[in-house]
Amino acid sequence: MIYSDEGQLKTTYAADMVIFPLAQDRTLFAILMLLAFVGIPALALAGIPPFHADYIFKAILTPFLILSLAALGLNILVGYCGQISLGAGAFMAVGAYAAFNFASRIPELPVLIAILLGGGVAAAVGVCFGVPSLRIKGLYLAVATLAAQFFFDWLFLRVRWFTQDSPSGSVSAPKLNVFGWHADSAVERYLLVLSIIVVLAALAKNLVRSDIGRQWMAVRDMDLAAEIIGIRPVRAKLTAFAVSSFIIGVAGALWAFVNLGSWEPSTFSIDRSLQILFMVIVGGLGSILGCFLGAAFVLLLPIMLDIVPGALGMPLSTDTVSNMTMFLFGALIVFFLVVEPHGLARLWVILKEKLKIWPFPY
Amino acid sequence: MKKLYLVGLAAALAFSVDSPARADGDQFIPILSYRTGPYAPNGIPYANGFVDYLELVNRRDGGVNGIKLAFEECETGYATDRGVECYERLKGKGPTGASFFNPLSTGITFALTEKAPADKIPLITFGYGRSESRDGSVFRWSFPLLGTYWTAADVIVQYIASQVGGVEALRGKKIVHLYLDSPYGKEPLPVLEAKAAKYGFSLTPMPVTAPGLEQKSQWLQIRQSKPDFVILWGYGVMDPTAMQEAAAVNFPRDRIIGNWWAGAEPDVAPAGEQGIGYKAVMLQHGAGRGKVHADVEKYVVTAGVSRSKPEEIGQVLYNRGLLNAMLGVEAIRTAQAKFGKRPLTGEEVRWGIENLKLDESRIAALGIEGMIRPFQISCADHQGAGLSRVQQWDGKTWKVVSDWIQADESLLAPMVKAAAQKYGADKSIPAFDCTKAQ
Repeated sequence: MIYSDEGQLKTTYAADMVIFPLAQDRTLFAILMLLAFVGIPALALAGIPPFHADYIFKAILTPFLILSLAALGLNILVGYCGQISLGAGAFMAVGAYAAFNFASRIPELPVLIAILLGGGVAAAVGVCFGVPSLRIKGLYLAVATLAAQFFFDWLFLRVRWFTQDSPSGSVSAPKLNVFGWHADSAVERYLLVLSIIVVLAALAKNLVRSDIGRQWMAVRDMDLAAEIIGIRPVRAKLTAFAVSSFIIGVAGALWAFVNLGSWEPSTFSIDRSLQILFMVIVGGLGSILGCFLGAAFVLLLPIMLDIVPGALGMPLSTDTVSNMTMFLFGALIVFFLVVEPHGLARLWVILKEKLKIWPFPY
Repeated sequence: MKKLYLVGLAAALAFSVDSPARADGDQFIPILSYRTGPYAPNGIPYANGFVDYLELVNRRDGGVNGIKLAFEECETGYATDRGVECYERLKGKGPTGASFFNPLSTGITFALTEKAPADKIPLITFGYGRSESRDGSVFRWSFPLLGTYWTAADVIVQYIASQVGGVEALRGKKIVHLYLDSPYGKEPLPVLEAKAAKYGFSLTPMPVTAPGLEQKSQWLQIRQSKPDFVILWGYGVMDPTAMQEAAAVNFPRDRIIGNWWAGAEPDVAPAGEQGIGYKAVMLQHGAGRGKVHADVEKYVVTAGVSRSKPEEIGQVLYNRGLLNAMLGVEAIRTAQAKFGKRPLTGEEVRWGIENLKLDESRIAALGIEGMIRPFQISCADHQGAGLSRVQQWDGKTWKVVSDWIQADESLLAPMVKAAAQKYGADKSIPAFDCTKAQ
């Protein structure tokens, strides 16, 4: 009843093609956006806990949004185009170091442009590493992208040009100024990241609904059949690599510039790649919503599990909590994958179907 | 779906309830530690020493001038992003916020160096961190107390010179710098390179990929090139592995000199016999017990609040954690003399660190005689002392084998100045005039 599409008739092609065909979805999305852009900053201004402190913005919301963006990028490649990649961390690193070099070598360049250029460089690199995907598939491709991971780890550690001869190999980001606006406070940074993510997510959502998105999915489902019906796999695969790497590169630059402020190559190690792949798998392959759910699960659940015993007044030592967190987190991943192998996004779809016929299921 | 609601409920609970600090008290001290992960064997004794000393101050003295210390640990696992999350979580705790932070990892230090000034919380990096951060006119909030990696590198080269018969004899010698490929391992390189250019020895940097279990090819290279000395800049599991590989290629252990993070019990004990003879510089202190350890036994261990194993008390890293906590507490005491006996803000504690001074009598009163030398921190010098000694592992304990060595300031000071000024220019931080420091 709540999610019923009764009476919602489409009379034009445009109405039939909208992103959210259901009025309920549109309302929900509008509320969500209002909450994210106005509600949360307003709560922070009003000083209502937990939004009164920087913690929720700096340590929870901003990292969550940035990693969601990285998961979104990877999902385009893995979930929509079916090309398994273990190189997400590498493309994040390319985005971060490229943005760093643009911003510090051309100080006049607004940081936002540097971040986008970082994404552009990551896209170019992604296309290069996507070329092998034309000949190799599946697990073999995963190994090829793993090579990207190790190559860029090595490159940024050893070639000092990229770190501008920083003696320790650690570099720090320039101040965040976006066309004269200095994003210094936690809320401003959150809004900056949120805006970038909303724009890129909208872009991604429209891409996967378009001609090119359908080509990706055709290649994913059966590349031979796709080729026979006239889809060029070269174009489909390489565009997927480009778009995916661009988004991941922007996420990497944001992670470095906004979240950490100073970083070293180990920030974007193989662990990061796997973390993002987990987000995509747990969230749901081939779903934009899944990226956000997956990022929330993988990033926020451990932090929450870490905080809960203290909040309940249980005097557990940090190492016990840390080990328990790992154990519980692992168990929950297995649980979710057994109960719902299509990811958290699928749970949402099931919920919507149930709500459609509630309270009179037939 | 019920599960999801439960998770959501737990989330709401977790974020709405501020978890209370562990002990009752007013002056809050956050502890970033790593008791899990690849470096846990090193992180555990450090954290135990740190916590034991804070407990001691609370139990023996009733806090600092009656102000109890509250503290909370946060597990970083030595990872930068988790360290940043811990920092954000703990920085606002207690009535006056965090007193100071000990990032306890070079990566976390670099990240917090960017964040702490905005939050007005000082960073104490006891024997690590950015080497140029000892210049207090640029790094107002960073305190690499009693030693930086540049100091350590300088002292190591001086010690090698003393072994071969003076700095003139260094000419033509071959030295390998075997380091963990991370900011930690790269930090000393500029000083080693400057020293190599000055004294005419050849320096071969050899990076080892973290965590450092794979060193076969590096030691093969060492066997071929037959260097006179190897400087070991490893951490955690890399160090015992280096001992084993050195034994395998028959490189004499007493010609491997480690830095002070590669000179504790967990670095050599796992290598057994193969580690005997290995040397390392000391961050002033070494292993051993003093009066303060007896107090820890009496007030903390017998009360059953210590997590330390009996043999751990007095080990190198335990002592370092203890001294780290002690320096922080003394800084709070110094600041209380100026600002009054009440819980202090990070900004006030910063003043306390910058004016921290321990003389002979204070060191004796603290019960750490022989562990550190008298020193004084100032605005211009956030390090306070550039002294070190060399110790040697005999299979059971670390033995001090050298006299005090003073780092060569004529070389280091200009390098620190230049690096700090470059950082200040990059970040457009106006240099603070230290003559106006109050």
